Amino acid sequence: METVRRVISVVVLNEAQVLARVSGLFAGRGYNIETLTVAPIPETDLSHMTIVTRGNQRVIEQITKQLHKLIPTLKVIEHSEMVEKEMVLVKFPIEEKLSDIQTLCAAYNGGIVNVGENMVIAMAADEPMRIKHFITATKRYNPIEIVRSGVVAMER
Amino acid sequence: MKISGAQMIIEAIIAEGVTKVFGYPGGAIMNVYDEIYKQNDFEHILTRHEQAAVHAADGYARASGDVGVAMVTSGPGFTNAVTGLATAYTDSVPLVVISGQVPLSLIGTDGFQEVDAVGISRACTKHNYLVHDIADLPRILKEAFYIARSGRPGPVLVDVPKDITGEIAEFVYPADVHLPTYKPNYKGNERQIKKAAEAILKAKKPLLYLGGGVVLSNATEVVRRLAEISQMPAVETLMARGVMGADNPLLLGMLGMHGNYASNMAMSETDLVISLGARFDDRVTGKLSEFAKYADVIHVDIDPANIAKLVDVDYPIVGDIKIVVEKLIGHLEARIKPERYHVWRDILKRYDELHPLTYHDSDEVIKPQWVIERIGEKVGADAVITSDVGQHQMWAAQFYPFDRPRQWINSGGLGTMGYGFPAAIGAQVACPDKHVINITGDGSILMNVQELVTAAENKLPVINVILNNHFLGMVRQWQTFFYDKRYAETDLSYQPNWKLLAEACGGAGYDVTTKAEFDAALDAALEGGKVTFINVAVDRLENVLPMVPAGGALYNMLLEHKES
Ligand SMILES: Cc1ncc(C[n+]2csc(CCOP(=O)(O)OP(=O)(O)O)c2C)c(N)n1
Ligand SMILES: [Mg+2]
Repeated sequence: METVRRVISVVVLNEAQVLARVSGLFAGRGYNIETLTVAPIPETDLSHMTIVTRGNQRVIEQITKQLHKLIPTLKVIEHSEMVEKEMVLVKFPIEEKLSDIQTLCAAYNGGIVNVGENMVIAMAADEPMRIKHFITATKRYNPIEIVRSGVVAMER
Repeated sequence: MKISGAQMIIEAIIAEGVTKVFGYPGGAIMNVYDEIYKQNDFEHILTRHEQAAVHAADGYARASGDVGVAMVTSGPGFTNAVTGLATAYTDSVPLVVISGQVPLSLIGTDGFQEVDAVGISRACTKHNYLVHDIADLPRILKEAFYIARSGRPGPVLVDVPKDITGEIAEFVYPADVHLPTYKPNYKGNERQIKKAAEAILKAKKPLLYLGGGVVLSNATEVVRRLAEISQMPAVETLMARGVMGADNPLLLGMLGMHGNYASNMAMSETDLVISLGARFDDRVTGKLSEFAKYADVIHVDIDPANIAKLVDVDYPIVGDIKIVVEKLIGHLEARIKPERYHVWRDILKRYDELHPLTYHDSDEVIKPQWVIERIGEKVGADAVITSDVGQHQMWAAQFYPFDRPRQWINSGGLGTMGYGFPAAIGAQVACPDKHVINITGDGSILMNVQELVTAAENKLPVINVILNNHFLGMVRQWQTFFYDKRYAETDLSYQPNWKLLAEACGGAGYDVTTKAEFDAALDAALEGGKVTFINVAVDRLENVLPMVPAGGALYNMLLEHKES
């Protein structure tokens, strides 16, 4: 069976252990996690997790079923029609061409967000694929550090 | 009412109708034990090891159908219980295990006897809780019992810090649970059930594939009825022995690695598998690509994750076996023509005649299979049979005439040596009027042998029949077949004195080398009313056959019993 990439949203009770239950499930059953993000859903006692994973169709089906089986899981959505976004922070030496960096970031819904004595921090927020391109493009400005947020997604 | 956390635990146990608790005290759970001392509503049975406490609660649950309850202290008390949790989890046994924990203020400090119980048990419990606030305790206890027994049953751990058991707070035991994220589906999808019924009507070679779920859902009667009205043949997994009843002409036997020829051939040739509460374990299926190769599959299971996990399913039905099978019968009753499967049954009958389940009996040495048959002749339907893990377990499953569900109790999924004796203790507590016999091996029995003391103290007349081959026999069998007879660390020639061992702990012991001695010993044990070891010297090199080598196709069985 062919391996596919899937974005899965899991809505869980925001309680102790819940992240461990989810990540432990992936570790224990040998499922792959590419990215995992989690944050509370405003004005509820729930959290939203977005997981990017890979596997064949049977594995993906098992992942969604096993996630659902966890007692604190309210909802599991295997995304098909979705908006996907990821954010990245990149730190550059102050000596680099700041205007070029600014322009590059702007093309990816970002900009320079902090300027320090020796470095600047820039941000971009875009589709995961475009974030990859952005990171490649930053290479020529000698990035010191790159931090990606992982993917969040919403069904259209 | 304001009471302590420890009292809340007692109140919850009483409110849930629990009458027996198995456990072992220690520092972190002493507040609870102090309250156990003060009450008379349930009996606490002190095992001599925490693993045994959980297995005993498990045996109690399997024999009675009720939730089993065990109690252990923090740290090593809890880690000793882990094998018990994992055993129950794999076989979907409803348990509530309460563990003590270090006080909240010490959690995370590597305190004395601190271990991350919820972390360790996450993968071997249906759910677990670490209580952070006494205000949550009544709700958590209520949920624990509900989760353990509902849906696909399983063990639930409640880890309670010591300061919480000592704290006083308002207690109202909730009347209901409110768990919006947990809603087991019992009913089954009507349309799918109808489609499945149509598939049965169209099939030429349907086969009922019965698993432990039939026992768990108390569906034996309806399943027998489905077989009866349709005259479809049935095979049972290790966990379903007793569902059809040994004398049922529609029962082909047990399938799988040590299944009989007719059962495995039926699965290989069927055109419609009707899987009821079975989960396509690798010990059942053998090589997956060859398993039920020509069949469509109806899969009824309460756990959606079991469905289509290993094989493609044409008619998935998530629901309780009993409810779904009742509905299936409703669709089939008026329309099914039992003559339809006549040819199919004849073929299978022929297979069974070709290679019946059998062994070569002997007068020189006791054959282990003979012992099982003999016990069956003597006590049959009156006994509850538990077992450990190994050859003896397979012989028990093959040769005992199981007549009803919950008569056969074994660690099928995890294969836990040391399970049988404490499980028998639990079963004896649940069924005081029945004979409880643990069919065990000379390896397995030593893994919880200290329970002799528990059984003797509590006057639980569990009979342990040790099929003594002076080997870790099942491993030895694999070494014979697949490792050129290199018997690495499986020779158990060095043995304890079994009779004296049993007697030293307050039980009775018999060493048996002939059939006549066995008969006498069993009679004495059945009469004696004491925990007993019957140490039966059996043929050392007897193999469990038929055998499907691991990963092989079900239809490729090693069949012959050669004279050893
Ligand atoms: C706790 C545990 N350890 C190891 C095993 C592996 N194992 C499976 S069967 C077996 C041999 C059991 O020997 P015995 O109890 O004498 O039974 P026999 O096969 O000889 O009937 C072993 C070691 C196991 N199932 N469980
Ligand atoms: Mg042995």
